[in-house]
Amino acid sequence: MNSRIISACRRYANDPGRLMDILLDVQRDLKGVEPAAMELIADQLGITRVEVEGMVTFYSFFSDKIKGDVVIRLCGDIVDRHAGGREIAKIFSEELGIAVGETSADGRFSLEQTPFLGMSDQAPAAMIDQTIVTCLSPEKVRHICSSLKAGVRPEGLVTAHGDGNNGHPLIRAEVSNNIRHAGEVLLCQVPANAGLHGCLLLQPRKILDELEESGLTGRGGAGFPTGRKWRVAADTPAQQRYVICNADEGEPGTFKDRVLLTERADLMVEGMTIAAFAIGSSAGIIYLRAEYGYLRAYLESVLQARREQGLLGRDISGKQGFEFDIRIQMGAGAYICGEESALISSCEGLRGEPKNRPPFPVESGYLGFPTVVDNVETFCCVSRIMDRGGAWFGGFGTGKSTGTKLFSVSGDCARPGVYELPFGITVRELLERADAAEAAAVQVGGPSGEMINMGQFDRRLCLEDLPTGGSVMVFSLHRNILEIVDYFLEFFIEESCGYCTPCRVGNVFLRKRIEKVRRGLCEREDLDYLKELGKTISMTSRCGLGRTSPNPVLSTIRNFPLVYAVLLKEHGDGVQASFDIQSALEESRRLAKRRSMIYDPNYDET
Amino acid sequence: MKKRIATVSLAGCFGCHMSLLDIDERLLELLQQVDFDRSPLNDLKRFTRRCDIGLVEGGCCNEENVHTLQEFRRNCDVLVAVGQCAVMGGLPVMRNAIMHSDDPLRECLETAYLNSDKVYNPSNRIPSDEALPLMLDKVYTLADVVKVDYQIPGCPPSGDTLWNTLKALLAGRPVELTYEQLRYD
Amino acid sequence: MSKILKFEIDGVEIEARRGQSIMQAADDAGVYIPRLCDVEGLEPQGSCRVCVVKQNGRVVSACTQPAIEGSQVENETEEILGYRRDLVRMLYHEGNHLCPICEASGRCELQAMGYRLGITQATKYPYLQPVRPVDASHPDIVLDTNRCILCGRCIRASRDVDGKHVFEYVGRGINKRVGVNGNRLADTDVELKDRAIDLATCPVGCIIQKGQGFFAPIGERQFDKRPITLGVGPGKEKKT
Repeated sequence: MNSRIISACRRYANDPGRLMDILLDVQRDLKGVEPAAMELIADQLGITRVEVEGMVTFYSFFSDKIKGDVVIRLCGDIVDRHAGGREIAKIFSEELGIAVGETSADGRFSLEQTPFLGMSDQAPAAMIDQTIVTCLSPEKVRHICSSLKAGVRPEGLVTAHGDGNNGHPLIRAEVSNNIRHAGEVLLCQVPANAGLHGCLLLQPRKILDELEESGLTGRGGAGFPTGRKWRVAADTPAQQRYVICNADEGEPGTFKDRVLLTERADLMVEGMTIAAFAIGSSAGIIYLRAEYGYLRAYLESVLQARREQGLLGRDISGKQGFEFDIRIQMGAGAYICGEESALISSCEGLRGEPKNRPPFPVESGYLGFPTVVDNVETFCCVSRIMDRGGAWFGGFGTGKSTGTKLFSVSGDCARPGVYELPFGITVRELLERADAAEAAAVQVGGPSGEMINMGQFDRRLCLEDLPTGGSVMVFSLHRNILEIVDYFLEFFIEESCGYCTPCRVGNVFLRKRIEKVRRGLCEREDLDYLKELGKTISMTSRCGLGRTSPNPVLSTIRNFPLVYAVLLKEHGDGVQASFDIQSALEESRRLAKRRSMIYDPNYDET
Repeated sequence: MKKRIATVSLAGCFGCHMSLLDIDERLLELLQQVDFDRSPLNDLKRFTRRCDIGLVEGGCCNEENVHTLQEFRRNCDVLVAVGQCAVMGGLPVMRNAIMHSDDPLRECLETAYLNSDKVYNPSNRIPSDEALPLMLDKVYTLADVVKVDYQIPGCPPSGDTLWNTLKALLAGRPVELTYEQLRYD
Repeated sequence: MSKILKFEIDGVEIEARRGQSIMQAADDAGVYIPRLCDVEGLEPQGSCRVCVVKQNGRVVSACTQPAIEGSQVENETEEILGYRRDLVRMLYHEGNHLCPICEASGRCELQAMGYRLGITQATKYPYLQPVRPVDASHPDIVLDTNRCILCGRCIRASRDVDGKHVFEYVGRGINKRVGVNGNRLADTDVELKDRAIDLATCPVGCIIQKGQGFFAPIGERQFDKRPITLGVGPGKEKKT
């Protein structure tokens, strides 16, 4: 054990800044990071054991106990759940003889649930070590389990791979792209490196001007103007600057970056290279979420090929003095790392907690240097803008939201998948394309976005109306809105980093009250409680996760008032309907072997 | 018309009631304004009629506490949680810290009656007479069981704190306490 | 660019040195902004959120937000006081704060903040009642994380002042807690004289010095007579 830990540390030059990578290797090799391992890693890196423990207990793909040889992670997302996820979990559980959260006694298997795999267009899905299995049916799960028990390695479970690059020898995944509509910017045929070659002839300032003219805004959802962001980084005096690609696509219901990483990796790296040239950076990072680990080898090969073609490394494309290279930083299961400053913390080998702002990452980011963090799709757009021009790009979309957008549509529709359409299209148009005739509610922008009702389907998808990073989840009339709200709150509780009080504690209180509403134990005044608590959380939280976490509650109270109204009852007697005397007495009856003189109505008959 | 007040001590130590006696000569002034209905102060065991104010000391640790509290809620217009036990469980709520056990109530009773070094219990039995109310699985605050209109924190709240609160409630104006009258201990 | 800038807190003009936080400038001017995770001598971290104020209409934590020339800061408005009450209640309900039996009662900043904000209204949040084991392994120190409000003052004091890193956050979300550098406190190199253990560091009764409980009689404790405000923190009273 010790030698494997020591060599993992050496692989990263005993650098505490690479603690993520070290722990990922140790977790993979030893199936866990136990206290003795933490101690040894701390010794090697010259840090304390409790710092290592802080990391191990932060990321859900690390564990301080030894896991099974094969770890099966079931996607617990609401769309997967609606697609039969619970039954799938039950069958895995029966076949392997362990409950979710357990490891088999022989140490062969661990069964876990993970909040979101990024496969809701082919739900239910699971991740078996690094292998993704999709469209799970009971028969398929039984077959998977018997194969695993017979000793088949997870990668051997893939019998048929998906379309496009999913069949690439380095990917070979059972994942389908489900590209339903290819737009004119990203999913059409794109020329290789046309944008980059054009850029290298320009002054870096001109690139920033062009970007600002295009009106490009960040594709992650926040919608900040990309050109302005880059300009601040370029203008901040520094010895070094960093370009980071945020491939930590964790917002439930979003999977469009998965498709771009599979089909447009070169375009993305090209965009990062343009960013490096524009702001004066020589080093970049792709932060790839652990759930997309199956794409890592392929992405490494893309980077290597570009090095060999002179598109990364020194004197890129013959441009004297322009040096830039990229490393891939794997994540380890933490939604919060999609927040740019938390992502930077993670790259630095720290717990993925957002940093205090100011300073903003563009002024002081990775290792204290100006850092540009942008979404996969944003970098892809950059390459296209630099090829076709800002005016061309600005010709798509609306005034504030230019260009096309990749929408990930999932849930109750016949054609789930990725749609590249201009910003500003209505929800209704998108639903028609996705063949979602039964749609009764649509969650736009993931759990942190807004749930809209049928009367609002003419609203437009753009920053001016309904902003979204791409997630569009469709729910039919048969779905229980409050079950969805409950799931979203569970998600935020699970994924809150716990740094600030309102997000850490407030969301637990919100969920407890929503559970009471669902059980019909609440009155009208409980709605005020939910609204007030939600307001405090959204106003006082430190980062975007906390500020948007009450949205599932607040937007459904606004847009689905009847859903709440039918469950609220005025009890009038002042007794808390949620207090259950029978269950409170159960234990005592058993221990005392007698019944209650007060609360057992047929007491006299015993 | 004089207001009617009822008081009771549930899982408490009667300290809050003692504190009520600490208002000293102001008791006479209080008695000019109110009549006491069900209360240990006059030993009335049942409500004689509906009351304006119910003062409840202590939380709920057994079924009788719950039953009494529900009666208070049904019979009082305004229900006041008096003291830390009523507000948040107080000392009895320390029992809830045994919840990490698989069998917390048994562990609690065995420690209290059998296993602890300080126990003298020749019968070596846990009392379980029919007349003893059954214990709840854990200690509940008043607000867990019924709606509470006001709370007066403190262990116990001082006589002055109780007096000021009662005066305000009787006069129908907001409760105002000085800095030193608001205490959680 | 002038080194001095001016802004207003609740309509009162305050001067600040460029780069100062709202909190530092307010402290220098003698204006108190309530706080729990921030304490003199440690880097601010902005986690408890009790110091939230509105700066030009945006809610920010005063301990981490730089003062801005000409800005309007709202500190003691009803809206802000409402948020602070909610935040203090959240902390109070997250842990086990049994004031009547706690050694820190009377010098506890969480309790004092409840007094200052006049929190008496009927309980609206549920009590989470954590059941973490108490670590009394160390000869001089007890650690009861059920009383912890995750302010991280011990973590920063141990790391930045003592140079030891005895404490660190472990876990995440509602399961986040303060961990120690070893299986238990006795296995670490923490000492009574460490800044992390100083009475001024832990604002509640999570870190307790053995033999030091209840040293001031009721009525003479730090916050018995005076509300928590500038320069009135725990540890500033004399031990008997």
